[in-house]
Amino acid sequence: MPVDVTQLVALAKEGDRNAFDELVRVTYADAYTLAYRLTGDEEDARDVVQEAYLRAYRGLKRFRGDAQFSTWMYRITANCAATHLGKRQKHRHEELNDELGIYDERPTADPEAQAELGALRGRLREALDQLPPRLRAVVVLRDIYDLPHESIAAELGISESAAKVRLHRARRKLREDLFPLSSDEEQAHAV
Amino acid sequence: MKTETLLRCDDVAPLLSDAAASAAAFDPAVQRHVEHCLRCQAELAQYRKLFRALRAMRTEVIEPLPGLLGDILLTLEEAGERSAIRSILTGKNVAYIGGIAAAATAAGVGSAIVVASRTRRRLLAS
Repeated sequence: MPVDVTQLVALAKEGDRNAFDELVRVTYADAYTLAYRLTGDEEDARDVVQEAYLRAYRGLKRFRGDAQFSTWMYRITANCAATHLGKRQKHRHEELNDELGIYDERPTADPEAQAELGALRGRLREALDQLPPRLRAVVVLRDIYDLPHESIAAELGISESAAKVRLHRARRKLREDLFPLSSDEEQAHAV
Repeated sequence: MKTETLLRCDDVAPLLSDAAASAAAFDPAVQRHVEHCLRCQAELAQYRKLFRALRAMRTEVIEPLPGLLGDILLTLEEAGERSAIRSILTGKNVAYIGGIAAAATAAGVGSAIVVASRTRRRLLAS
């Protein structure tokens, strides 16, 4: 039976702990996915998600409902990840765990297209993992989770212009890693 | 006579990723350059593939570590208990039972201050 998140949020805001626990059950995998993408480490992601739900629990009364609950959780998770990484103060280049269980929630449409896309996505995950955390955060939040620039800037504690600069650099790095130009393409000029 | 500044690839390159991400229309001068430049066309196509792949990752879920849900719920439970205990210790929820106080005063007995910890439970509608 589909879960009515809006109703759960309303109940939880009134103090219903069962409702908030149900919200956690429904959303924690998604939050963990984001946390892992931002931190690149399973244990860091675990810590980040726990902290994120604690903050959400304490701050739920301030959630105005003008955005989706999931979007609000993404922002909290991003902020917790930034804080966590800042405390760690080290640059992680974790090898992508080949044993990570990754599944797609969408039903398979075109199998052939999915296979091609799947190969690219595998290389994309590796390329993302190789990005410095400060660049990875903005491209994940903007281009995967579609958060607006001002929200990203606010949660990462940077200016909006800094977020846009980092985003541009991250995108260029990803493109260069995934699609290195051939020498013919490099030499092609406008007619 | 109006002259048009010809754009170079370096002028256009910073615009390609934003254009591919948002599918926004190019400035006419940029559009003309891209139409005639194989390098920029290739770069634009690559950005479009990149953004399709990034957007597709939105529906991917990475399986959480075993026991994570339980850890989160336990953390919340402990936080809830700490909050309730704090409320009790600080006397946050204090109620004067006015009627009893008045009656007790009339009877020559001191008024009573009752510290109550308030909990509400509501069953989720199934």
